[in-house]
Parts: sequence; C-alpha cells; structure tokens
Amino acid sequence: MSELLQFLFSGLTVGAVYALVALGFTIIYNASDVVNFAQGEFVMLGGMITWFAYQAGLPLPLAALVAILATAALGVTLNKLAIEPARGAPVVSLIIITIGASVFIQGAAQQVFDKQIHSFPAFSGDTPLRVLEATIQPQSLWVIGGALVVFVGLWLFFTRTLIGRAVLATSNNRLAAQLVGINTNFVMTLSFALSAGIGALAGVLATPITLTAYNVGIGFALKGFAGAMLGGMGNPKGALVGGFLIGLIEALTAGYLSSTYKEAVAFVVILLVLFFMPQGLFGSKSTERV
Amino acid sequence: MLTVEGLRSRYGRIEVLHGIDLHVDSGEIVTVVGANGAGKTTLLRCLSGVQPLSSGTITFRGEPLHLVPAYRRLARGLAHSPEGRQIFTNLTVEENLRLGAFLYTDERVEKDMDDAFQMFPILKEKRNLVAGGLSGGQQQMLAMARALMGRPFCLLLDEPSMGLAPIVVQQIFEVISGLKALGVTVLLVEQNAFGALKIADRGYVMETGRITMQGPSEELISNPRIREAYLGL
Repeated sequence: MSELLQFLFSGLTVGAVYALVALGFTIIYNASDVVNFAQGEFVMLGGMITWFAYQAGLPLPLAALVAILATAALGVTLNKLAIEPARGAPVVSLIIITIGASVFIQGAAQQVFDKQIHSFPAFSGDTPLRVLEATIQPQSLWVIGGALVVFVGLWLFFTRTLIGRAVLATSNNRLAAQLVGINTNFVMTLSFALSAGIGALAGVLATPITLTAYNVGIGFALKGFAGAMLGGMGNPKGALVGGFLIGLIEALTAGYLSSTYKEAVAFVVILLVLFFMPQGLFGSKSTERV
Repeated sequence: MLTVEGLRSRYGRIEVLHGIDLHVDSGEIVTVVGANGAGKTTLLRCLSGVQPLSSGTITFRGEPLHLVPAYRRLARGLAHSPEGRQIFTNLTVEENLRLGAFLYTDERVEKDMDDAFQMFPILKEKRNLVAGGLSGGQQQMLAMARALMGRPFCLLLDEPSMGLAPIVVQQIFEVISGLKALGVTVLLVEQNAFGALKIADRGYVMETGRITMQGPSEELISNPRIREAYLGL
C-alpha cells in the first residue's frame, strides 16, 4: 500500500511536468494546427537559463523569472524567423521546421551553456513530507501546484476573455478571424510566447527533481506530446489529464514492472491512442455541415 | 464610398483580374454578377485584403485602402461575409457574433446582438449551439449577422444564396434589401443574377476577370444578351 502511494506521488510529480509540456503543445496547436516539437527545448532552457543566472549570482526567483521571460522571447523569435515566413506551407512542413528548430536549439544550448548536468536548490527545502505511509518532496507540490495553476489560468483565458476566444477563432478559421479584425500574426506571437513561457516554467519547477542538461528537451517533448495525444490534441483539459496519466503509468510501470520499460510507456500510449481513439479522451469528433 | 481603379490580381503566375474599375456610392446596393470562375470572389478578397493586388488602387471613404492590412479593414468600416460562409464552426452562435464585434467592448455590442437576433430569430433560438451544426441557411445568416456586428459602412457579400433552398434565398435577399434602411452600403457578388439584380440599384457583369457591362439594374435585366446568358430567359 505504501509502495503504491509512493509510486503515485512520483507519477503525479513527473505527470505534472508532462502536463505543462502538453499544455504548451495545446496552445500552439490551437492557434496554428502546428505540433511544436521544440516544446521540450523550452523546458530545457527554463532549467538551464535559471541555473546559469543563479550561478551568476542572481537570487533564485529572479533567475527563474529571467529564464521564463528569455524563453518566451525565444519562442516569439522562433515564430518570427521560422514559422511565419513559411506561412501557407502544409502543416507537416511546419512541424518538420519545429523539429529542426529543436535540434538547433539543443546544439546552440550545448555551445552557449555546457554539457554538464545541473540542478539548483528546491524552493522549499528538501525535507520530505510524510503523507500516510509515503513521503513526498516539497518540490513535487510546487510542480503539481504549478500545473494546476497554469491550467486554471489558461482555462479562464480561453473561455472568459475576448482575446482568448480570438485565439480559438484564429485556429478554427484564420481567414474569418482576419475579417472580424483579429491580428492573426499577433495571435501567433502571443501563442508562442505563452507556450514557451509555460515550457520554461515547467523546466524551472522540475529541475530540482529531474535535473537538467542541454539534451533533456526531447524526452519532455515526446512525453508531453503523448500526454496531449492521449487527452485529445488541442484540448487543455485533455492535456492536463493526459500529462498526469502518462506520468502515473510511467511511474507504475517503473515500480511494478521494470524501470527499463519506463521510457517505452509514452510510445506505447501514442500507438494505442492512434489505433483505438485518435481523437483522444476529451477530443471531440468534429461534425460539421458544409 | 468605394472606388476601385485598374485592379489586377494573380494566383501565382496566372492573372485572374485584368484591371477592374468599379465604384459603389453611399447607400447603394451594387451587385457584381457573372459565371463561376469570372473572378468575383477574388475581387471581394482583394477588397477585404486577404488577396494581394498586383496593381491598381482601392479607395474607401476617401482614403486609400489597398495598403491597409486585412485585419484593419473592418475598423475602417469595410466588412466581408466571405464565400463559403467561413463561420467559426467550433464556437457557439453567440460566440461567433461576439467575435464579429471583436473590435468593440462597449454596451452597443449587446444591442447589436439583439438587433442581429431580431433580424434572424432562428439564431436566437440556437445561440448556445455550436455553429458547425447549423443548416446551410442558418450558417449564411450567422455569417451575415457576424459581419454586421463589426458595424460596417459597407458590406461585401459573397454568394449569400449559394446552395440554399429557394425560400431561404428569398429571406436572405429580403434582409439584404433591408440593409439599405440601416444605412449599410452593399456590394453583392452573385451567380444568381436575377435575384441579385432585382434588389440592386446598379449592376456589373463580370466575365473572365473583366467588367464587360454595367448599368442600372433594370437596364441590365432587360438587356437581351444578359437575359440569355445569365437569366435563362
């Protein structure tokens, strides 16, 4: 029993990180139909920039803020330099561009930073909290709380604000969005900034637990992607639930089967989703009259 | 209100509009009729800015419009209800209308929405339903209502009657005639030449990217060549 609880805690913790990555996928997908595979690099940059800023003497909260803002700016740059000029290209081409960007960012990070593994102190100390018969790191609560806060914030943004609905409108029909006066380029910029910022936040929150290095991004991207697929691409609720589920399945697999199979979980889930319910848990089958 | 001079546009290397001149005066309903592929839709897309011009000018309310980006043209008072309706299919009817007034946050938005519901009562009934589930006629009504939510001086309408039952077509055309009373100028593009000319003040006939005839609607309706080619009479 205590064993199960322990696995669940660790699953929720990594699941929260995947959920944040999945939410990042969701935002850009909603605005542009593009699956941004550079999403994981934003997580890596969040951790790496924070570490370097922290090393340079900035207090940790400030270093984290710098990392989030710098990564958001990089997201905007990625959109301006790589996605926007390719406007009108098929979505598959755009997705391949994001894969290229991912490789590029990873290579650049290796040069600009280094190839070491880094970490910084947990925000609220390292004393584990006892819950029933298991323990949980205070940092885990930060990660889980962060995922929930971001989710609620996004939900309010998309359902309660006009600009949020403008993002949804742009994804549904770019032509019509322009005709009602929405600056669709701005919507794209905003989406990349938001998405990159959230990715960086995930990196900031997770690094004290998962550690960071120039090459951690791709793993986060694949698992976050699996989470987003499982929940239903484009659905924030799906991203949250899907991310947590991937984390939980991964932790249970590692616990009860073998940690060797842990890495395979995300891929098995992607395959199963594609075979049996391509629309995901919360994705709606689109029914439209024409 | 709207003056177009020497407008040319191309898709890739193929020019589809070969120098269009037309004008729409304030308060008029003007129609552009012509066969499928004549370039009518492209003309409207150029006017609303989603299709680039290769040369020519557009003047709207005394100011050049052709350099204004598409998303700013509604703020200048030019709305476009595009071909194929292009409603936001995954949003509700009400959200579609609210986004039509994206540029505004004042109390008039509520009032305009009530007016839209009065114009098309069926939309009020379906206000909380996802727009993608509406019938073709209802989607057309929504597209027009959404365009009007942007408070245009001039409304560009692309084939509002396409694919609709005759009774619905009649209703749509009645609403278009009614826009005059609301002070909205209309440029209506139609393949249904007879229906369009009946409610329009003036008309242009477009053939393969050129204006080939123009004049008051009654004149065009009684022109033997038009009767034969477009009205099936």
